[in-house]
Amino acid sequence: MSSTTTDDSFQPASFAFSAENLAQAQATIAKYPAGRQRSAVMPLLDLAQRQEGWVSLAAMNVVAEMLDLAPIRVYEVATFYTMFNLKPVGKYHLQVCTNLPCMLRGSQEIVEACEAELGVGLGETTADGKFTLSEVECLGACVNAPVIWIGDDYYEDLSVESTKAIIAALKRGEDPKPGSQSGRQYSAPASGPTTLTTLAGGDA
Amino acid sequence: MLRDQDRIFTNLYGLHDWRLSGARARGDWDDTKAILAKGRDWIIDEMKTSGLRGRGGAGFPTGMKWSFMPKEVGERPHYLVVNADEGEPGTCKDREIMRFDPHKLVEGCLVASFAMGAHAAYIYIRGEFVREAEHLQVAIDEAYAAGLIGKNACGSGWDFDLYVHRGGGAYVCGEETALIQSLEGKKGQPRLKPPFPAGVGLYGCPTTVNNVESIAVAPTILRRGGSWFGGLGRPKNSGTKLFCISGHVDRPCTVEEEMGIPLKELIEKHCGGVRGGWDNLLGIIPGGSSVPVLTKDICDTVLMDFDSLREVRSGLGTAAVIVMDKSTDIVRAITRLAKFYKHESCGQCTPCREGTGWMWRVMERMCVGNATVDEIDMLEEVSRQVEGHTICALGDAAAWPIQGLIRSFRPELERRIAEARANARAA
Repeated sequence: MSSTTTDDSFQPASFAFSAENLAQAQATIAKYPAGRQRSAVMPLLDLAQRQEGWVSLAAMNVVAEMLDLAPIRVYEVATFYTMFNLKPVGKYHLQVCTNLPCMLRGSQEIVEACEAELGVGLGETTADGKFTLSEVECLGACVNAPVIWIGDDYYEDLSVESTKAIIAALKRGEDPKPGSQSGRQYSAPASGPTTLTTLAGGDA
Repeated sequence: MLRDQDRIFTNLYGLHDWRLSGARARGDWDDTKAILAKGRDWIIDEMKTSGLRGRGGAGFPTGMKWSFMPKEVGERPHYLVVNADEGEPGTCKDREIMRFDPHKLVEGCLVASFAMGAHAAYIYIRGEFVREAEHLQVAIDEAYAAGLIGKNACGSGWDFDLYVHRGGGAYVCGEETALIQSLEGKKGQPRLKPPFPAGVGLYGCPTTVNNVESIAVAPTILRRGGSWFGGLGRPKNSGTKLFCISGHVDRPCTVEEEMGIPLKELIEKHCGGVRGGWDNLLGIIPGGSSVPVLTKDICDTVLMDFDSLREVRSGLGTAAVIVMDKSTDIVRAITRLAKFYKHESCGQCTPCREGTGWMWRVMERMCVGNATVDEIDMLEEVSRQVEGHTICALGDAAAWPIQGLIRSFRPELERRIAEARANARAA
């Protein structure tokens, strides 16, 4: 980002929300008080990213126009928040947490497994454009470390083997089952809950 | 030992139906109208009686925070904003509330908003929690459809709207004024206080920002009474708490326990102990990445609550317990946290923007002993220049882990420097 000249050849000339997304964008804007439509900037950028896979300059300009904002107000939001991809990413964006709780449970080996299976390093996309590998900060699933975030789901309690299996499944075009890969009940101890064992719990 | 009957989050592990019918069977939304009928003052007094201290890290008394809102609603509407931007490394408790007990949060939003004169509330959830936001939205939709929120919520005569707002991946937005900025559609850069949000918050209106857990426990407290909650735990450190235990334990987990439980008991009872046994323990970060690491001798006896951990110069924070056994490279571990704070600094205040990067770079050298002993003192000194000299607490949070490392593991830092020198001489 320190270069003074930027290659923007990957930027599309235009962007338009699909009819469905346009309706959702209007519904989102209505969640905020009249005159406070600026609050919808992140949700709209997210919507654009869901449509295109990333947020282009053209998309930012469309969002700015919809919210009656100077384009810079949208650019500064898009560049501040790490979830917005400002250039194209693969169909599968593997975001590996390497923060301390994941690190203590072997995230380094998970990163290495991803690099080996995909043939790319952190921050890179495979030649076929299908996979992007990234490092992320804490995903907030620390008792299920190590964790990878793919699409809208977390893959948790990873081992090198289960990581390889997930990538293999994605390569085959399958949807591997998210959540704990060791098969435990969410954040309960692996051997089963030590609490809440004496309640009916409300399965009416 | 906390009895299951005194646990609030009875679907913590997602074993039961998280939707409205299941939530109702577990007691949520049970005659909420009667709670609201007791009035704002009663609700706030009951919360004060409970002694609940904010579960987001700072531990400020929740009832008192609610009482700071203007008594009368003037021209500017009041807002409740729920901080669901859970991102303090080690912390993953609000996630469980939102995906498996979302109705506790929705109901809590209603009673808290009513108590503070707010007709609208926003839940600001971290963007990565896509599935959790979906559950929350389903719960909100169910509550609207059942007349529990919306116009004349629960038949109380109070109109209440509740919205989910997803964030974009910025740790600093967990700071309440940054969160408000972000909710307004701006970069998440903290605001100077005063004015405090209770005077000038969201859209310039009186606003209270509360953590998910603080809000989600409120309905149960109001049903069972502030004195019930206040009777659990220890004085000024009352109630139950979700603890997230990660790292080098046999079975990492999230569990609801009584405040003040001994740290060792927490780990041995619920996590199968430290990997390789208690004597294999090197140190524990007891409250999320921002609080200083504790050495084993302190872990042997310390209690898990705000005041006990403050007495040993650490903190309860979010009660995210990160356990490290003797295989841990403790300098590398703290360096990873330093890198995190450098990445997450919003760049607004010079001491934090420059200091976090400087501290991280020095920590990288400390990892391999490429430093001098007086640089340890310089690192400590610089951390003191960052701490307390920034708008928000991110600067403090970046300084404390390093200060804790120097305080507790200085001999290890010196050993590495000596070793690197010896190796250089031999080469």
